[in-house]
Amino acid sequence: MLSVLIIVLYFAYVGQAWNVMIGFAGLLSLGHALFVGIGAYASAALFVHFGVGPWLGVFVAIALSVLVGCLIGYLGFRFSIGGVYFALLTIAFAEFTLIVIDHTRWLGSTEGLFLPVSNRETVDLLNLRGSPVMFYYVILAMAASALVLCRVLLNSRLGYYWRAIREDQDAAEASGIHLFRYKMIAIVISSGLTGIGGVWYAFYYNNLFPETTFSTGKSIELILGTVVGGVGTLFGPIIGAFLLTPLGETLTVLTAGFKIDGIKQFFWGVCVAVIVLFRPSGVWPWMSTLLKLDGRRDGAKP
Amino acid sequence: MSGAASLSVRGISKRFRGLAAVSDVSFDVSAGAIYALIGPNGAGKTTIFNMIAGVFRPDSGTILLDGAPLVGKRPDQICRAGVGRTFQLVRPFQALTVEENVAIGALTWTDDVKEARDYAGIVLKLLGLDDKRLSYPDRITLPDRKCLEVARALATKPKVLLLDEVMAGLRPTETDRMVGVFRKLNEGTGLTILLIEHVMRAVMALSRHIVVVNYGKVIAEGTPEQVTRDPDVLACYLGVEAVE
Repeated sequence: MLSVLIIVLYFAYVGQAWNVMIGFAGLLSLGHALFVGIGAYASAALFVHFGVGPWLGVFVAIALSVLVGCLIGYLGFRFSIGGVYFALLTIAFAEFTLIVIDHTRWLGSTEGLFLPVSNRETVDLLNLRGSPVMFYYVILAMAASALVLCRVLLNSRLGYYWRAIREDQDAAEASGIHLFRYKMIAIVISSGLTGIGGVWYAFYYNNLFPETTFSTGKSIELILGTVVGGVGTLFGPIIGAFLLTPLGETLTVLTAGFKIDGIKQFFWGVCVAVIVLFRPSGVWPWMSTLLKLDGRRDGAKP
Repeated sequence: MSGAASLSVRGISKRFRGLAAVSDVSFDVSAGAIYALIGPNGAGKTTIFNMIAGVFRPDSGTILLDGAPLVGKRPDQICRAGVGRTFQLVRPFQALTVEENVAIGALTWTDDVKEARDYAGIVLKLLGLDDKRLSYPDRITLPDRKCLEVARALATKPKVLLLDEVMAGLRPTETDRMVGVFRKLNEGTGLTILLIEHVMRAVMALSRHIVVVNYGKVIAEGTPEQVTRDPDVLACYLGVEAVE
């Protein structure tokens, strides 16, 4: 049960980070696993090879994620690559990094990079080694902080500018908004936050494989919760994570008796398709009107 | 809405794949004046606007705002330099409320969202839109959306306001209301206005000076009385036979 909740919060966190780009600024990234992977590999390599703990490693993780984010952003925004083509650029970077790590011995190449697991009992917060309960509180704090941060951002000048860019770039530019600068800020914040998520990911799972870290399927997994929950809303990523992760777990249990390969994935896909068909703008906007909460403050259209 | 500035357009030209959209257009809008840019469809009026606003870079020629060159600057820089513009086809930010739309404009000169929203309220009141503050752009009428377009541009506190057919599609009473607003702004703050307009009722009521373009060239310039008597202008509007 705790492990499910941990995964829920992890997806809520990275979904929130991804939402900064697509939901706030309208920049579609389909390669966000890249930033998780960079954060994860950077912090794990520092820990494995140099004994540098995650609290120091996280700064390196952020720096590297942001650096790569800036590179993608520069190429995309400087040359006005928009929409689907920008998404392709993000996928390309993720796939490229996957291949590089596949061939880097120092990072374990295809055999994987493993963090030493010395204990599961004592809590060593300094090295982020310990029980699932500790990881639960860490990811809970991260998800909560991300929510607060996004709320502050969305209601600041930055948030207004992002939403203007998302709605109409030309009109935004005519209203005095420097498109390049504010898009870059969006990708910097999003990649940095996602990189932090990667550090947590590495220390929670203790093993990293290029294929399972950087693949496009992984990127889709990161964003699906937010899509289902409601892109551009503050609570969408959280609601989506709380819907999809337990759905997957339930289906695993329910379909265990069938002994048919892929039956779980099949039902899972059907469920997601049904939700998206009936609530195309996400579950949260619909829920918030149902609960008579003012959805407008999240920047979503009611 | 601060100060006034002059706008000089000097010999600007723009070709699109060999087609001369605008050739060697010059005119001077003096500070605090209301100028109208008229001409048949496809004459190049909006292209001239887009060059002033920085969307297109002229192939040649210069554009000066109070003597400072604008050519080569980005649209957002030109906006911050003091040129506000509206779009011919209204382009509101759909998922933002009317007030938020206008606040975006005000955020060019303040970091404080609350101050921007307050100022948006003032501008909306001026344009008679304050009761629609919390509506979304797709829930208000076309004339109101036109007003919103103007409000967003005004909220940036421009020195020169470029209005691209904001009266088109408005009823005469609505046109008169809009004309009243612009006249008040112009008299109260000295705001310089350059408008593209087909609605002659508005052009005649507002501007003391008209520039007529056809096929990308200035064919006449002067007071409404002079322009309406100009044979070239009559020819392009009514056809050559009608004049002869």
